Amino acid sequence: MIDKIVAKMPESLSGKEFTYCPGCHHGIVHRLIAEVIDELGIREKTLIVAPVGCSVFAYEFFNVDGTVAPHGRAPAVATGMKRATPDKIVFTYQGDGDLASIGTAEIVHAANRGENITTIFINNAVYGMTGGQMAPTTLLGQKTTTTPYGRDAKANGYPIRMSEMLSTLSGVAYIERVMVTTPQNVIKAKKAIKKAFEAQIKGLGFSLVEVLSTCPTNWGKSPVEAGKWLEENMAKYYPLGVYVDRTKEAE
Amino acid sequence: MKMLFKGSEAIAEAAIRAGCRLYFGYPITPQSELTEYMSRRLPEVGGTFLQAESEVATVNMMYGASCTGKRVMTSTSSPGFSLMMEGISYMAGGELPAVFVNVVRGGPGLGDIQPAQSDYFQATKGGGHGDYRMIVLAPHTIQEAVDLMNLAFDLADKYRMLVTILADGMLGQMMEPVEFPPMRDPNDVPEKDWALTGAKGRPPRKVTSFHIDPYELEKMNLRYQATYKKVEENEVRYEELNTDGADIIVAAYGTMARIVKTVIHMAEKEGIKVGLFRPITLWPFPYKRLNELADTVDTILTVEMSYGQMLEDVRLGVNGKAKTPFYGRSAGVVPTPTEVLDAVKKAIGR
Repeated sequence: MIDKIVAKMPESLSGKEFTYCPGCHHGIVHRLIAEVIDELGIREKTLIVAPVGCSVFAYEFFNVDGTVAPHGRAPAVATGMKRATPDKIVFTYQGDGDLASIGTAEIVHAANRGENITTIFINNAVYGMTGGQMAPTTLLGQKTTTTPYGRDAKANGYPIRMSEMLSTLSGVAYIERVMVTTPQNVIKAKKAIKKAFEAQIKGLGFSLVEVLSTCPTNWGKSPVEAGKWLEENMAKYYPLGVYVDRTKEAE
Repeated sequence: MKMLFKGSEAIAEAAIRAGCRLYFGYPITPQSELTEYMSRRLPEVGGTFLQAESEVATVNMMYGASCTGKRVMTSTSSPGFSLMMEGISYMAGGELPAVFVNVVRGGPGLGDIQPAQSDYFQATKGGGHGDYRMIVLAPHTIQEAVDLMNLAFDLADKYRMLVTILADGMLGQMMEPVEFPPMRDPNDVPEKDWALTGAKGRPPRKVTSFHIDPYELEKMNLRYQATYKKVEENEVRYEELNTDGADIIVAAYGTMARIVKTVIHMAEKEGIKVGLFRPITLWPFPYKRLNELADTVDTILTVEMSYGQMLEDVRLGVNGKAKTPFYGRSAGVVPTPTEVLDAVKKAIGR
């Protein structure tokens, strides 16, 4: 007989089987978001806007109303939802190709308007779904299927630090960069996600959590190696931490 | 009570009276007055106006707003409409209702800012990717544009489709006395059992144009096609003037049809009876009626402010039963009544 349930699937997940590769961090982040939605008691008024990319099915994985936006346009779609129904909690879930390449205009202007939405930004330094091409966040020297000799700054420019870039905008309420490679990091990431949603609930403006994530399949590494590579390379170029926090000023 | 109104502003006011409280847009000539009017008028009626960073963002904001079940619109002109094509295709696939006003200007490319009808193909045949359709309404006076706004929103909601008002720079910029319909309650719209309102006490709803399984995507497409068939059966609209016993019928829409109305009087003085066939719905196009009319005349002349776009639909409708010559000028040049009269005479050998 079960005396006490200590862990279960969050109510905010639909229970549909994830389509992610072994060792990919999307699944962890999905669960964290769902736990946060459960804890904040906002499931029945939350709307998700999924992106184009590996997480294109995200709107099916969450037990909330939702849609999937054209590539990169999730912040604009979320803007339309939030403006039409300000009582709803609206979040976008976007990868680096979606947010940092094709969708730069939409994310910058949504943030700059202080659009009262939350964005969860998965940065794995590569285009996952299309087969491992260079992303704007691909590190210098990193080999991808479109930078077979390694990313060269002369030809491809430099990896974009989105959290830093967006933190210059006055409409932003909260930005933090996290990773989910260890249990401690997972706890920190969950706290960041919760803070971002809370900022929206309080109506403080735009909030974003960037999660440095692995893509073992396209990196050609085992899940363990991928986690190590992330900590040793990505976390150096993309420092973890809080970039904007206006939640205290607001109190 | 009639009021003197600029075309763009009259369309904006009519949209508000049709219960639209959400406008997203990006400035572009020759319709920026519509955007500006919305920015001052919507706050007065508790609505939301947002100037987007681009037309690409505009259409996606409409996508999001429409997901919630609210009436939403934008207005733009040709290059802006091109930028919206991506979102239009996604909205069509997601079966999201919304209204677009395209005040067409000369093209291609940057073109100019004068009136044109050269975006007929784009509006009626696609423009975005995939097998989708949108309802296209073509007013020829400001009063008609006002009257069509109510219909546009109602058709969008009824069929869960996109509706485009295809106007041109002439209609957008001119002023005419108009009578507005009464203000409708924005909440007095049919219940939308698909809208994303939060999964409270029901399973979550999803709006999507996406399915990875081709047989499932085919099912979605067949559903769209069934809707389009219903629209083709029930929503064809056109105006006929003087077609009975005419020496020649001229097919024209929008501003061009209005010029043809002048030509009818000019031709009468020269003993020529000119009929006008004016499609109001460019999609669904009134093929059937045109085919019947083709039995009654030798010649159906198409006149457009383009180099012959609606002409292709006229020829499909006529189906070889009558001669189908064409006269048109484009690029922002509007044919004069005299030029059209000359084309009429040439078409009937006078």
